Amino acid sequence: MKDFLNAAAHWVVPLLLLGIPLYAYAFRKIRVYESFIEGAKEGFWIGVKIIPYLVGILVAIGMFRASGAMDLLVGLLRPLTSLVGFPPEALPVALLRPLSGSGTLGLISDVFKTFGPDGFIGRLVSVMEGSTETTFYVLAIYFGSVAIRKTRHALPASLLGDLTGVVAAYIVCRLLF
Amino acid sequence: MNIVWLGLIVLAVLTAAIRGTMPEVSSAAFLSAKSAVELAIGLIGAMALFLGLMRVAQDAGLVQALARALRPLFRWLFPKVPADHPALGAIALNIGANMLGLGDAATPMGLKAMQELQELNPDKETATDAMCTFLALNSSSVQLVPAMVIGLRVAAGSHNPSEIIIAAILATTCSTVVAVLAAKAFSRLPLFRQDDPQGGQAA
Repeated sequence: MKDFLNAAAHWVVPLLLLGIPLYAYAFRKIRVYESFIEGAKEGFWIGVKIIPYLVGILVAIGMFRASGAMDLLVGLLRPLTSLVGFPPEALPVALLRPLSGSGTLGLISDVFKTFGPDGFIGRLVSVMEGSTETTFYVLAIYFGSVAIRKTRHALPASLLGDLTGVVAAYIVCRLLF
Repeated sequence: MNIVWLGLIVLAVLTAAIRGTMPEVSSAAFLSAKSAVELAIGLIGAMALFLGLMRVAQDAGLVQALARALRPLFRWLFPKVPADHPALGAIALNIGANMLGLGDAATPMGLKAMQELQELNPDKETATDAMCTFLALNSSSVQLVPAMVIGLRVAAGSHNPSEIIIAAILATTCSTVVAVLAAKAFSRLPLFRQDDPQGGQAA
């Protein structure tokens, strides 16, 4: 299963890169190279346009993480989460997840080193990683790319989704493992 | 977003003042700014590649066919987006790439979808309902195989690295459903209503 999934993951992109232009050229008579270049041109400007938004959000998140404020937050929330039996060791992962994808992967590696990947905590943080997203990053670049400033209910709805992901991960792990 | 951004910085500086971590915070500010630019520049390659590929698929009518297949779902999710609008094709590709765990492909498609949605937007500074629903969908993770974390589990010597797949799919389904329903429900709250001039500021 694992080997199959790994192999399949390596096949997806090359097959798309082969299949789509081949179909377009053979069946639709599209000038595929010119068409590709037209689309690719847009990539540069989108990349440049999101820079200020990305700098803004990543600087705030970077400062927050470096200050150690995360530890304070974990300390504040710990009494609440331990009421329902949520392991405090998994709490930093849950809190960091919407802020930083690479930071979360780092924390998860630490959890694996300390508690092993196959214990309850190891499985819980694994499932949490799969059921949540780096919400702030996604919001910053998606809205940034079209210069939307008033984001209305996008952030609260997304954060509620992340919270649900954490709670659901905990419940599912309790039931399955 | 204003409150969150300011809040992060205020908390960071206050905590740093109390704990004496100001040197770390100071260097983190510069390092993060630098890595943000590197990240954006690094995205350009993937962005050009997948937007190029997407244009080919669009010219061949493949994107439109995909959007047509998903029309019933999209009509419910994005009622104000016309059924044949190119935004829906980009959204379909973005969700598909996310499901397969192709983050590099998902971001360009997602940004393309935002551009298309922005064309339908009468007020260019304020997010539409469709944008908020799309963002909620995107930031609740719809991926079927969490490849990153499985990789970490392999590296950590797990006996069964992929045993978490089913659990992750169950949990992420819950989070996606709640995020989308929340986006739909919140859009009717007076605080977030689109025509209210003060409405958007709160987030």
